Amino acid sequence: MRRTRVLAFNEPTWLDTLAAWVLALLWILPLAYAVWTAFHPTEYATRFDVWAPLTLDNFRRAWAAAPFARYFLNTMLLVAMILAVQLVLATLAAYAFARFQFPGRDVAFALVLVQLMIMPDILLVENYTTMSRLGLVDTLLAIGLPYFASAFAIFLLRQTFMGIPKELDEAARVEGAGPLQTLWRVYVPLAKPVYTAFALVSVSFHWNNFLWPLIITNSPNARPLTVGLQVFSSVDQGADWSIITAATLMTSAPLLIAFLLFQRQFVQSFMRAGIK
Amino acid sequence: MTGAEHTGTRAIHAWLLLLPALVLLIAFTHYPAVQTLIDSFYSTPKGGRASVWVGLENYQVMVEDPVFWIAVRNNLWFAAATIPCSIGLALLMALWVNERMAGRAFLRMAYFTPTVLPMIAVANIWLFFYTPQYGLLERFTQLLGLPSQNWLGDPGTALGAVTVVAIWKEAGFFMIFYLAALQTLNPSLREAASIEGASRWQFFRRVQWPLLMPTTLFVLVNAFINAFRMVDHLFVLTRGGPNNASTLLLYYLYEVGFSFWDTAYASAITVVLVAVLAGIALFQFFVLDKRVHYK
Repeated sequence: MRRTRVLAFNEPTWLDTLAAWVLALLWILPLAYAVWTAFHPTEYATRFDVWAPLTLDNFRRAWAAAPFARYFLNTMLLVAMILAVQLVLATLAAYAFARFQFPGRDVAFALVLVQLMIMPDILLVENYTTMSRLGLVDTLLAIGLPYFASAFAIFLLRQTFMGIPKELDEAARVEGAGPLQTLWRVYVPLAKPVYTAFALVSVSFHWNNFLWPLIITNSPNARPLTVGLQVFSSVDQGADWSIITAATLMTSAPLLIAFLLFQRQFVQSFMRAGIK
Repeated sequence: MTGAEHTGTRAIHAWLLLLPALVLLIAFTHYPAVQTLIDSFYSTPKGGRASVWVGLENYQVMVEDPVFWIAVRNNLWFAAATIPCSIGLALLMALWVNERMAGRAFLRMAYFTPTVLPMIAVANIWLFFYTPQYGLLERFTQLLGLPSQNWLGDPGTALGAVTVVAIWKEAGFFMIFYLAALQTLNPSLREAASIEGASRWQFFRRVQWPLLMPTTLFVLVNAFINAFRMVDHLFVLTRGGPNNASTLLLYYLYEVGFSFWDTAYASAITVVLVAVLAGIALFQFFVLDKRVHYK
């Protein structure tokens, strides 16, 4: 009696399993419907037939209907540029905050934290004015600039650097390493998991970012995928759902596939980045 | 080298390390925030006319602008629906996925997938899902013999429809924070509870829920911020319509600033949004962080 009770307590009941599965299927349903439509000929877009022929034709047509190659290139350049600059700037700043005593440190750190609450996503009007003054409207640089200095990255790396034993720091200095060499040889290697975590979060954020790129671009030259997809599906496709869903899946595919392959890494990174 | 000299060099090094990040932060966060406040007291420059000081006129316009108040009301409704629903679902998902359950990996994947999709893609997928006649939702309601319903085109359901999309996108994201917290709970708590003969509900209510409180507060703050920041899906689903029935503050700000090009009024709306976000941050800093210790 006692034994079964303990077991029943530890194990979820069949009812839990059922409910969890129903919710999961509901959750995946809109996506599954889109996948179905994208991989079948138009006449099957809204008709269910298990034996409907599979096709990649929708993807081919979508790819030809808009400069998606350019959009892909723009997004990849954008994401790489933002991440690279963010990592360099945040590493330098975090090192200063974590290991240097200097006048004005607390004020400077408070100034950094302000960006955690007032994100660049909100300050659209003013940043647009700045970009047009700099003559940068409709460039990749303009999309990236407001995000280059990431308070979040600085905060995350500062926490990590503070947890690294000071003795390592001193040992490096005794061997004659300057501050930058110490940073590069001691701190950066030890913070590798945090860099991976931040990189995944940053890449998914900027791959998916929409509002600021929409405002600051006005031609395919600098448009990233999200904006390209919105222009594509809202302007001239009418209600050709096969093409629109194909384009939608195409633009999300790299992240989605990366996520499915490296699920554990993704989930852990988001967790690490979220829990301060 | 004397001690003082050394300290001086260290300070210079520190500021040099900080400089690039700080310059960019000031140029694209602090300066625009302050400039927005200043601009909100000036008129929009038109043609050759430069902007002039108008005092509180933009705020006067705002108070009398019915669309602004619709956006505020919608946004509060959106927040009141997305925050508890996404957090509640996230908790439920995490409790399930934390158990040894059949197909756990699939469940976790299904719940989390919406998080990695771009909101624009999500909106396209749901636009198709909601489409009258062809959409999957319509097919279900047809099967049940219900009348046809244009979910996104009806002022009565448009806001609800975009809210569901936001919950779908967010719940899986919050789930992982709960999951992380649940996995750090000591397994002996569960054994102790079972020896005491506690029911599963009692175990959740008395043990898990209190221990998850820091996570709940962290997620709560994020959900609040997102409720005022998440508008990408509106561009695809409703464009704020019909008749502003589903517009949100940030979306309305976009319309005023970049469709009507009334930058002065848009600055005033930005000030309101910044005030809301700053309020959330101050609440977190002074109320929550005092009570909960993350470190």
